Amino acid sequence: MGEGEEQVKVLSQWPSPFAIRVLIGLEEKNVRYESLEENFASKTELLVQMNPIHRKVPVLIHNGKPICESLIILQYIDEVWPGSNSFMPSNPYDRALAKFWADFIDTKFLGTGIHGILKKTGEAQEEGKRYMLEYLGLLEGVLKEFSAGGSKPYFGGEQFGFLDIAFICHTCWFEAMETLGKWKIPWESEFPRLLEWMKKCRERESVHKIFPDPHKILEYAIKFREGYLRSN
Amino acid sequence: MEVCGEDGQLKLLGQPYSPFVVRVSIALAVKGIHYEFIEEDIHNKSELLLKSNPVHKKIPVLIHNGKPVCESMNIVQYIEEAWGNKAPNILPKDPYDRAIARFWAAFVDDKFIPSIWGVFKDEGEEQQKAVEETVANFLLLEETLSGKAYFGGDEIGLVDIALGGLLVTIQTVEKITNSVLIDKQKMPLLSAWADKFCKADRVKEVLPDPATLLKLMWERKAKMTSPPAGN
Repeated sequence: MGEGEEQVKVLSQWPSPFAIRVLIGLEEKNVRYESLEENFASKTELLVQMNPIHRKVPVLIHNGKPICESLIILQYIDEVWPGSNSFMPSNPYDRALAKFWADFIDTKFLGTGIHGILKKTGEAQEEGKRYMLEYLGLLEGVLKEFSAGGSKPYFGGEQFGFLDIAFICHTCWFEAMETLGKWKIPWESEFPRLLEWMKKCRERESVHKIFPDPHKILEYAIKFREGYLRSN
Repeated sequence: MEVCGEDGQLKLLGQPYSPFVVRVSIALAVKGIHYEFIEEDIHNKSELLLKSNPVHKKIPVLIHNGKPVCESMNIVQYIEEAWGNKAPNILPKDPYDRAIARFWAAFVDDKFIPSIWGVFKDEGEEQQKAVEETVANFLLLEETLSGKAYFGGDEIGLVDIALGGLLVTIQTVEKITNSVLIDKQKMPLLSAWADKFCKADRVKEVLPDPATLLKLMWERKAKMTSPPAGN
């Protein structure tokens, strides 16, 4: 490795919203990196070595040192490559709020909303849909507040920031959730700000480059659901 | 000790026996920050709590100049940032070391809390499984302590607070379930750390009284194992 040369690798899986999150973060900072695709059937030796505790993607390997957990990785990326586009809000209170909502998205929204539709059937799946609508309603309100009533484009205000990156990665799964749940999310009538925000985010080079094809996500989601329901 | 007015108004909504609240109390104590503790009855939550944490309706909530911060480890990191110039620093300066501290703090939340809860509430085989899981997790933490007084190095840091806040609860669960979770033989460093942490200045003042916590948790256990009244 030459002087001044940085080595940045990401252990990734193309449908993983957590991996997508990290790749978008690196793209936003214009960091050169190599993405190594982990397969689903078995974990590589490198993954087990770099993330022995959880054995999960994503892992950022910076000059040979691993960083795990996507939200922790995002903060690391922001601290190591500050640049002109800081992901984190400038004051501690807004940072605490951004982290609170990112955690809410990964636990409640994903756990009971998205996974409720992906992994459940019948009434339990209907409950998943209700949770998803309830949480989208909360996030619509958060976006209204953080975007100063819509005068700014993002959860980060003027800046496409931590919370935007934390949430946008899950949105590539929405169409698959609608198909699997045989329903349509009432974006225009109920969540117009989120709809507008998603359009804006998808226009960004980073998101456009990293986002997987929604048809491929749907194919993957269908297979995942079949396998999951068979073994549970 | 700083006067409340200098940093503005600071309130902690909580309950002194909740390990999550204890984490926040430890962070405030370690930094020498003055605040008002407002005790919540979790079976009869106050308007202030419901207004301050409408999403989860849970303690702890730190209210700083009227603005609420929720989720214990989120609050601890907020305290570190809002009083960043006040020693000691709970997080290291180097980004990689910060990421490692955050990783292990998250590990405590994601792995420990569910397994310790399992030890407490489960019986028979399920409980045995939870004990084995907790011991395995402690052994991982034992490895990360090598050569250090605290997880944070020479001073108490983020991971010390994340795990330390749970210590008296863990020791109480051991007593109630007659299990050994922090094994002195297998985990000499962790045992020494637990001892040192509980006796540390500023920390010892905010740890819950073990006798009272034992009584409260016995009462809770009794409610869990007694059959429901009527149908």
